Amino acid sequence: MISLNELVATYTTVRGSVRAVDGVDLSIPEGNIVGIAGESGCGKTTLLKVIYGDLTYPLALEQGSVNYGFADGAGREVDSASIQAYWFQRISYIPQSSMSSLNPVIRIRKQFVDFLEPKANKDDTLDRVRQFIQQLDLPPEALDAYPHQLSGGMRQRMMVALATFFQPDIILADEPTTALDVVVQKGILLLLLKLQRQMGNTILFVSHDMGVHYQISHRMIIMYAAKVVEYGESPDVFSAPLHPYTRMLIESLPNIGDDHLRQGVSGRPPSLWDDLRGCRFAARCPLATELCRQEEPPLVEHRPNHFAACHYAGDVIPTLELPA
Amino acid sequence: MKTILKTDDLHKVYRLGGFINRVRINALDKVNLHVQSDEPVIISLVGESGSGKTTLAKVMLRLIAPNDGQAIVNDQVVAGKGAKTDKKTFMSMVQPIFQNPFEAFSNYRTVDTYLLRTAMKVSGAKGAEAEDLVEEALVAVGMRYADVRGKYPNQFSGGELQRVSVARALIPKPSIIIADEPVSMIDASLRMNVINLFLKLKEGTRTSFLYITHDLATAYYISDYIAVMYRGTIVEFGNARAILSDPQHPYTQLLLGSVATMGQKWEEADIAMQDMEATEFVAEGCRFRHRCPLAEQICADVRPAATLLPDGREVYCHIVEREMERI
Ligand SMILES: Nc1ncnc2c1ncn2[C@@H]1O[C@H](COP(=O)(O)OP(=O)(O)OP(=O)(O)O)[C@@H](O)[C@H]1O
Ligand SMILES: Nc1ncnc2c1ncn2[C@@H]1O[C@H](COP(=O)(O)OP(=O)(O)OP(=O)(O)O)[C@@H](O)[C@H]1O
Ligand code: SF4
Ligand SMILES: [Mg+2]
Ligand SMILES: [Mg+2]
Repeated sequence: MISLNELVATYTTVRGSVRAVDGVDLSIPEGNIVGIAGESGCGKTTLLKVIYGDLTYPLALEQGSVNYGFADGAGREVDSASIQAYWFQRISYIPQSSMSSLNPVIRIRKQFVDFLEPKANKDDTLDRVRQFIQQLDLPPEALDAYPHQLSGGMRQRMMVALATFFQPDIILADEPTTALDVVVQKGILLLLLKLQRQMGNTILFVSHDMGVHYQISHRMIIMYAAKVVEYGESPDVFSAPLHPYTRMLIESLPNIGDDHLRQGVSGRPPSLWDDLRGCRFAARCPLATELCRQEEPPLVEHRPNHFAACHYAGDVIPTLELPA
Repeated sequence: MKTILKTDDLHKVYRLGGFINRVRINALDKVNLHVQSDEPVIISLVGESGSGKTTLAKVMLRLIAPNDGQAIVNDQVVAGKGAKTDKKTFMSMVQPIFQNPFEAFSNYRTVDTYLLRTAMKVSGAKGAEAEDLVEEALVAVGMRYADVRGKYPNQFSGGELQRVSVARALIPKPSIIIADEPVSMIDASLRMNVINLFLKLKEGTRTSFLYITHDLATAYYISDYIAVMYRGTIVEFGNARAILSDPQHPYTQLLLGSVATMGQKWEEADIAMQDMEATEFVAEGCRFRHRCPLAEQICADVRPAATLLPDGREVYCHIVEREMERI
């Protein structure tokens, strides 16, 4: 079980500090693929960085803690201050636009060995890596290539290989397939699914593509303006979303072959710099009332394992018809 | 009729590596596209990652020169033989939205200086007037001037910076915008606002778009024409709705069959391993033949030419060509 306890994370800037994650509090059972979706700039990347324990200036964890469900050698529970010692081994991170994070002038195999086990016997590690990437349908010669010689899809498979090599308990992936065409995307997602099933790890997966979430996630976290507004089992979230924002995320996208005009959610998300009061979605929400503008709705478990932060989430909302 | 966009045997080769392991990548391999219209149009360019979409955009933006062939944008030759449009005219006519917004803005300059400079340089506005133009453009993408003032690119999230790029391209009111994955980092609700904004600009300011994307659903939603690319070549080109609802080229069919949709889960079929990209880029014959379920000997020997279908689309496939000859 991974517990996120009242997390508040801020960036320091010359104009003051801004809360990019503001009071995230939930727990994730082991062995799940958890999809994270939400407004651009709502704090998804920041949340992953906090969980990874990558807390370098200007980002700081102002309040709260993360527990990963395992202890260190002395029996103390590992938290976000001590997780760094377990990078790659027990937790790994595929950053946003990671494809360009491979160094272009260094062969892949060298980057692999340096990343993974800087102190270990190189040939030995390399042999194991070679065997491993073959299971991921990557030709072993790909290790001898420079990054530019590989297609975007192969580079991203390499990133997946790097992140899964030690079979870590937790994998954090930030939009790992957004830059890729849908054929390659499907290949990588099915690969990730297969590996997850074999290893049983927990994956947190950020994507803007609700279709992708539908395909691979077991649970969904929906964020809006630095807060979690909905959290639940994917089938529930997709068929009966409780938060109006989630509903709009699912309904606003067009489908191929459907000629209806689609409206986005009108208005703009609130600036995290403003003095925020009430429900942060109120300015764009069709259901908003005076209560919403005044009082912040807490994240409440309205149905078993299905949480939402909306004053009206407990009311009966018609279920969504998904295309067959 | 006006030529919105036309390419003639456009060719671009990248050379990589040292003396020993030199590779040539035909990023654009005899690309022929033509869209004539007196009305503004939206043309989508979709296809494989690394198939040459950005390269095509860069040639049309005169950021790189082709090795061969010619490109026309808005009745002006912009690349190849006879290209000579003056820089200022060109910038007020064609505006880019770059694929990676973090590369489009320097980390050492605040983002608002870019916007103001564009307003002043291309529109000739000054001071408060320039700020008004910037505010107007930012509001169109769901932001405000106050959100960007004094901030450096690394202080924005990906989607925020992408919306700033869109706003910047709007300021000069160009006749064509070349938008390279302009909404890839923007969530569903705001994405539709930007997409609808493109439609509105097409009607209102009569702006045409070249819309490069991996999102086939939005491509279906806004485009009049679509071109599908694979390994430096066009495989299918024509009416967007016709092609997306009834694809004829085996690659277009594979592409549409791979879209992650809601409502039906994928089978866990194994996905075929992909060859090293560089080798396939220089192959003879049809670039897609290694992965094509219909491939025959002729596909390995001869590069398929465009076959014109009754609905006006062009398909580059031997099997489709043979079918057409039969009827
Ligand atoms: N280095 C930074 N300094 C100041 N503010 C920052 C910094 N990095 C991010 N922010 C702000 O923090 C907020 C959250 O950013 P984050 O990158 O986590 O968003 P996101 O949900 O991942 O967005 P996207 O979907 O666009 O990637 C945004 O409002 C952003 O402007
Ligand atoms: N400056 C360069 N030098 C060498 N090769 C390059 C260069 N730019 C692009 N390439 C190669 O040319 C091919 C086409 O690249 P391009 O960026 O045009 O593809 P794309 O269709 O835009 O891909 P994506 O969907 O990933 O954005 C790719 O194989 C790429 O690796
Ligand atoms: S030309 Fe041949 S190999 Fe290429 S797509 Fe058509 S049938 Fe397949
Ligand atoms: Mg992000
Ligand atoms: Mg590109």
